Amino acid sequence: MTADLRAVEAFLFHEARLLDEARYEDWLALFTATATYWVPSQPGQKSPVDTVSIFYDDRRLLETRVRRLAAAGAHAQTPPSQTSRLIGNVALAGLAPGEEGGVVAESRFQMVEYRRDRQRLFAGSYRHHLVPDADGFRIQSKRVALVNAGGVMDGITVPL
Amino acid sequence: MDGTAPPQLRALVTPERVHRSVYTDPALFELEMQRIWGRAWIYVGHESQVKAPGDFFSTRIGRQPVVMVRHSDGGVRVLYNRCGHRGALVVAEESGHADAFTCCYHGWRYDTDGRLLSVPLPGGYGDGFDLSDPALGMVPVARAASYRGFVFASLAADGPDLKTFLGHMATSLDDLVDRAPDGEVEVAGGIARHGYDGNWKLVLENLCDGLHPLCVHASSIEAARAQDDGAWTDGAGEIAVTQMRQNGAPFEFWQNQVGLWAYPYGHSYLGDYHSDARLVAAMENPAFRDYAARMEAAYGAARAREILSVGRWNSNIYPSLSFMSQFRQLRVVHPVSVDRTEVFGFCFRLKGAPDSMFEDTIRFANVTNATASPVLTDDLETYFRIRRGLTTQGSDWIPTARALGTDRPDEHGGWEAADGTSELHIRNMMQAWAGYMADVPA
Repeated sequence: MTADLRAVEAFLFHEARLLDEARYEDWLALFTATATYWVPSQPGQKSPVDTVSIFYDDRRLLETRVRRLAAAGAHAQTPPSQTSRLIGNVALAGLAPGEEGGVVAESRFQMVEYRRDRQRLFAGSYRHHLVPDADGFRIQSKRVALVNAGGVMDGITVPL
Repeated sequence: MDGTAPPQLRALVTPERVHRSVYTDPALFELEMQRIWGRAWIYVGHESQVKAPGDFFSTRIGRQPVVMVRHSDGGVRVLYNRCGHRGALVVAEESGHADAFTCCYHGWRYDTDGRLLSVPLPGGYGDGFDLSDPALGMVPVARAASYRGFVFASLAADGPDLKTFLGHMATSLDDLVDRAPDGEVEVAGGIARHGYDGNWKLVLENLCDGLHPLCVHASSIEAARAQDDGAWTDGAGEIAVTQMRQNGAPFEFWQNQVGLWAYPYGHSYLGDYHSDARLVAAMENPAFRDYAARMEAAYGAARAREILSVGRWNSNIYPSLSFMSQFRQLRVVHPVSVDRTEVFGFCFRLKGAPDSMFEDTIRFANVTNATASPVLTDDLETYFRIRRGLTTQGSDWIPTARALGTDRPDEHGGWEAADGTSELHIRNMMQAWAGYMADVPA
């Protein structure tokens, strides 16, 4: 397929908006049935299999995570987080070994999270492997590399 | 009257209740740093983190930076991470290898046992300057000792030796190591770090608290129960969802079938609560068959069965450590201030076990220790709420009397709770707390 940067950007901005609006079930619908969502815990971490992660969700865990977030009464979201994400420096990149079809988008992001008197700033890079879909794209994998991946952080409840 | 005099300190803790200042008073925290964290055996690291001479790992004992390092004689040393000259941190990296440590400021150079080797322009420091003066070196902590590869240190020259301090809890460390077909474990898989705004005691109390999961983890339990097991998993979701469901065992199960034990010096362990064969080393689980065969080859069938049938969940070695052998997890508690705590999670690889075992270890770490775990985040929120609630004047006291009077002495010099939701472990930790705080050596 011909990669269209503008279409990819529009998709990433749409995804960010769903998260900022806490529309987690709509966000989940962006992922394929065999998707993974990964936030490494070590700078430069190569694999989610041999090293601990901040998030590492396969489709099954992602569904459970979203169900927990969407249900009322998760203590860590009482009160809920308010977030604002900015995405920039979007560029198309090559597929990695094992990835088939679609397009890889690399970008930079910042997310401000406000919850109960406290504001936190997260920053880093996104790597999305997107595959074509009738509506545009679906996310086959998303990796979020935080600049402070190796640091001590308080609990993170909302996806980055 | 001085609130930190022994009688006043002792009065803060009774079997029935604890004064809220034990969790909130900065002056008591300062005293804890001296009298508990400055005296008890504190977990430093595992020998596998410093395999070769010159390998080092930087950590903290209480708030004090130290370095665990393998010296050229093969022994492991624990040194204060402080230059003997101007006091700068000498080792700035968390881990690595060095033939010698050199201070960034004026180039003082230290051997891996802390001895000062050389300084630039040594003639300028005066006539009495002597490189062999121990005070000019990186000073070793008062005592360091190791049990089956687990390195502990005490900042006090006097006190019980490590073996006495560990007592029967050494068998929980045995349980972790014995599960390796080759008889050794090693740290692997990175460090999971998280922090919370709350006192350091809260995490230890929670890790042996059988009453909290149904309440604290209700949201992840319900979400996991509703999960369609037909959804795709590469193993991560299988382990995580199963574990979240196990947290939903009914109150009566925790009360009657789990078990809770407590031992001198504040130590305790919670019995295993898993009935699902995926989450224990069950012989009927295909994922464990290869492992079980290797265990039988190494130890013989009877001994292998004996090792794998030990059913302990979290073991706490007060005040710095909590670990569990079933999934090879270890948490190190780092107090920062009276209302700030950091917890570092480590994973262990069982030497001689199939790789799939370690992959499960990582999957399990991600659901129990990951900063974004749907389970852990609700524990951290709870610690915050305790911290905030205890600032009120609603009551100065926290009751700790649940199932008091029903705990029974066990055959190893400790106590066994008749009720798995007993607050035995909290009473036991608080008794140790009062002992350290009020029984000050002359």
